[in-house]
Amino acid sequence: MSEIVLEGVTKTFADGFEAVKGMDLDIQDGEFMILVGPSGCGKSTALRMIAGLEDISSGELKIGGETVNDRSPKDRDIAMVFQNYALYPHMTVRENMGFALKLAGADKEEINKKVEEAARTLDLEQHLDRRPANLSGGQRQRVAMGRAIVRDPKAFLMDEPLSNLDAKLRVQMRTEVARLQSKLETTTVYVTHDQTEAMTLGDRVAVMRAGVLQQVGTPAELYDNPRNLFVAGFIGSPAMNFMPGELSGGKLKLPIGEVDAGPLGIERDDGTIVAGLRPENFEDVEVIGDLKEERGIVFEAEIDLVESLGSDLYAYFHIESAGVQSDQLADLVEESLEETGAGASTSEGREQIVARLDPTSKVRRREHAQLWADTSKLHLFDPESGDNLRTK
Amino acid sequence: MERSSRDYALWTIAIALVVIFALIPVLWLISISLKPPEALTDQSFIPKSVSFDNYKSLFEGGIDGSPFIKPLINSIGIALITTAISIVLASFCAYAIARLEFPGKRVILAGALAIAMFPPISTVGPLFDMWRALGLYDTWLGLIIPYLTFSLPLAIYVLVAFFREIPWELEQAAQVDGATPFQAFTKVIVPLAAPGVFTAAILVFIFCWNDFLFAISLTSSDASRTVPAALAFFTGESSFTAPTGSIAAAAVVVTVPIIVFVLFFQRRIVAGLTAGAVKG
Repeated sequence: MSEIVLEGVTKTFADGFEAVKGMDLDIQDGEFMILVGPSGCGKSTALRMIAGLEDISSGELKIGGETVNDRSPKDRDIAMVFQNYALYPHMTVRENMGFALKLAGADKEEINKKVEEAARTLDLEQHLDRRPANLSGGQRQRVAMGRAIVRDPKAFLMDEPLSNLDAKLRVQMRTEVARLQSKLETTTVYVTHDQTEAMTLGDRVAVMRAGVLQQVGTPAELYDNPRNLFVAGFIGSPAMNFMPGELSGGKLKLPIGEVDAGPLGIERDDGTIVAGLRPENFEDVEVIGDLKEERGIVFEAEIDLVESLGSDLYAYFHIESAGVQSDQLADLVEESLEETGAGASTSEGREQIVARLDPTSKVRRREHAQLWADTSKLHLFDPESGDNLRTK
Repeated sequence: MERSSRDYALWTIAIALVVIFALIPVLWLISISLKPPEALTDQSFIPKSVSFDNYKSLFEGGIDGSPFIKPLINSIGIALITTAISIVLASFCAYAIARLEFPGKRVILAGALAIAMFPPISTVGPLFDMWRALGLYDTWLGLIIPYLTFSLPLAIYVLVAFFREIPWELEQAAQVDGATPFQAFTKVIVPLAAPGVFTAAILVFIFCWNDFLFAISLTSSDASRTVPAALAFFTGESSFTAPTGSIAAAAVVVTVPIIVFVLFFQRRIVAGLTAGAVKG
């Protein structure tokens, strides 16, 4: 019994900044829950409140059915893996991993047994008597994990544990973390800003933005039924394409064509909306033929760029449009600027669209191609609130 | 390569010069301490005949008869007690200053600095009167208190700098691992700040060990007189001989603990102890 329940948990800093606003989250026993969002969205603060490293301004936090708001970290029986590992440099790996047990008053034999068991799990046996300074990044990361698992705590809290590793090691450790968690079946809360990590690791994913929980669900739910524009744009790589749409007289007018609004099942008066379509919902007409034309639009586009990855082929093209205006999207653009340093995908009057096509497609750069868009997969959002308009 | 070996040679010469400059008085002192009284003024740097009479005379007569043993015990006792108290108090204070935001933090730091800069001579008169009224005159405590006053700011400054270098996450990790804040402090923070703690300890110890002003003003007998003050009361073998030889011998003897102290702790002042704690 070690579920973690947050009820209206709020964090207000001394300067009045609200980092987390009324967060409700129910993390079940043994569940792997991911908190994801752009930097500054409050996910780390939320985690630190669960750990007890930040005070909870208001709301209630329960771990294993007990309210722990006013308990210090040491009385919460949780283990945390820090982004920079926070290993004790003056202790050997063995001492690092056994520190918590030693504090808890376990006898030497038991500490050694548990440390060695954890070391075996993490493949650290031959490093037990070395100091953190003499370990590689991946090994340090494993020691940090080891320090958490020897204690058999109620929950693991992980604050971007893989973000300091290089790309290859990160993928490797990602599977290791997933394997470890499913083996130990310990409730885990994992904070990351990387949506790929979120999608691949979690049983469920909680997306946050500006201190507010946007949506909680399995990776598939978030991907297929994003509740709002922010979640839609954040989850998925490459990101969902957005374009403005015009509803009038039962028809939805998009820059790439017109569809019947009836089958989309939206309840809305005429007006402007934001339409989103994932890259894989486009296809080269020559590849599929005319088979599915009844539930899609065929349009012509001039291809700007083709990226072939072997298994996939990404085609970039532009559509003429006034652009999509939304706070939630502006947040995402900012994030992608920070991450990549690249310019935003929107420029004045032109909207860049990415389509993932079959690798056998013959589309060429700077040539016109006939593309098909699967409009049954369209996501439609209110431009003001960002809410998803399709009632599933 | 050529360049660096020439640099190396120049540096060696420069350092040798500085070391010689600093050590000649010490060697001179050792030389004097080894000369028999009649050879004191023979103007030779290397004693023609070596005698340990000066050293013997320091310790002659046991605790009660010797003019040196009691002050030596006073010096060691007072300096060690002051160092211990000062380091414990300063580490608590420095830790709070480095870690916490509280009103008056700047005032405390500024106040500490002001005290460290305060001329001790201006406090001696009032202290003399106060200590006599309170019964602290000519006691160990009477010296320990002013030493603490002047050594604490120094220790606090050194320790704040070291504590600031230690990543906060380490302490949080310890707390999550089940440590009380005090355990986190003693088991994680203090060991990591050890180089700073030892640096501060050496500075405080040397300050107490060397002090002459308070020692001469606030003591009147061997009950608490420390070595620097006691040296001034040394007498020669007769009223017509200057006690030069025994003063030199005493000076050499009191230098030894400092050298031992520094060499002992120097091994612990290892830079880069925090390497590997956190990535990046």
